[in-house]
Amino acid sequence: MKSLFTQKQLQITIERLAHQLIENHLDFADTVLIGMQPRGVYLSDRIYRKLQELVPGARIPYGKLDITFYRDDFNTSGELHIPAETDIDFSIENRKVVLIDDVLYTGRTIRSGLDALLDFGRPRNVELLVLIDRRFTRELPIQPDYTGMNVDSVASQKVKVLWKEKDKKDEVVMI
Amino acid sequence: MSLSVKHLLGIKDLKPEDIDLIFRTADNFKDVLQRPIKKVPTLRDTTIVNLFYENSTRTRISFELAEKRLSADTINFTASGSSVSKGETLIDTANNILAMKVDMVVMRHSASGAPHFLSRHINASIVNAGDGINEHPTQALLDGFSIREKLGSLKGKKIAIIGDIMHSRVALSNIYLLQKMGAEVIVCGPPTLIPKHITAMGVSVSYDVRKTLEWCDVANVLRIQLERQSKPLFSSLREYSLYYGIDKAMLDSLKKDIVIMHPGPINRGVELNSDAADSKHSIILDQVQNGVAVRMAVLYLLAGKKEELNP
Repeated sequence: MKSLFTQKQLQITIERLAHQLIENHLDFADTVLIGMQPRGVYLSDRIYRKLQELVPGARIPYGKLDITFYRDDFNTSGELHIPAETDIDFSIENRKVVLIDDVLYTGRTIRSGLDALLDFGRPRNVELLVLIDRRFTRELPIQPDYTGMNVDSVASQKVKVLWKEKDKKDEVVMI
Repeated sequence: MSLSVKHLLGIKDLKPEDIDLIFRTADNFKDVLQRPIKKVPTLRDTTIVNLFYENSTRTRISFELAEKRLSADTINFTASGSSVSKGETLIDTANNILAMKVDMVVMRHSASGAPHFLSRHINASIVNAGDGINEHPTQALLDGFSIREKLGSLKGKKIAIIGDIMHSRVALSNIYLLQKMGAEVIVCGPPTLIPKHITAMGVSVSYDVRKTLEWCDVANVLRIQLERQSKPLFSSLREYSLYYGIDKAMLDSLKKDIVIMHPGPINRGVELNSDAADSKHSIILDQVQNGVAVRMAVLYLLAGKKEELNP
């Protein structure tokens, strides 16, 4: 097991990602944040909190999206996926959406996420923010707009982001 | 996590964890049903046949809607107007339909055990939508789900099932489910409509509807099934209504608020008066709404079991 990110680095990176979002969205007048269930929401929670700190007065709609029912491997993966909660209590019609996930690997989760998103309206545009981009492993043409860190890895390796809320410490590891 | 069964034949075969899993999955589908687009693509490669050998309005529409909300392809079959009247057997009918590559069968039949029989002979997941006087598992699941939604949980709750217990598959499935989930059950009705030895299932029996209502948190009122009674079991519907009918004045005179449920169709003025059925106590229409979400959960969880069926 190799550590890629310590707690301190993780904190700095999240801060940087938040600043990059501000650079492009300024006062977040038309922007909504959507975290991907289950593990992307730990990242989106942190970014949302950071943005509230950095842009006081901005009321950014923030939701969580579960893609279980939109997977493309329902009958082939062999295991049944138990859904998590989807919580989007606002319209995304004509809004700028920032999708947030922890690790971008094959791109299939994001593809399902885009499908699921369209059931809540037609967004003006959708951007993708990920903490870890595993390059050269993509199975679909999907690229992030904001990246915390690029990791080059082979398929047999696993990259996992640990969160204090869930795993008792903040760290990114390669297994 | 997944279900411990490949078919949903009855609540009898389910573990409490299965029921809990169905409830939790139904929570998610209930959420889907509140969205502007009430449809998910999950079962787009699954074909489901609704095999209805017995009349049904609610259950058939509810299943069909659940299937469509999951993007499954559906075929409807009703016994009248089919080759059944030409003398085709159940297995032949089912196999002929399955030869057209159908993955799941939702089935209602007037003979108890018909879906169990079919499950041993054909290679598809079977969902029992009511078999004779045996079980009606999805009705019990949606009843349990509705109670859980209204009261928070089933554990320790006092549930009364009132009416024609003898001929009711809803009663039997409900008793199994409520007991598995830790609720206390009482059945109430005229002695001729309560099966002998039902206390062996661990339920109490009462012949006094007023005392029963005083005791319970939820009253699930059942229809008198005249079509299943070959000989008269009580003198008249009017007499039944007099002794066992529930009206709003009776509910208002209780010391506490109780919840009224009914699986439908209601015979207004017999087991339940209109003023009670349409009162604030009633969650009858919530039950119908929850039915779609619960059936979506059942179909979703069983479709995930496709690999485990025999080839």
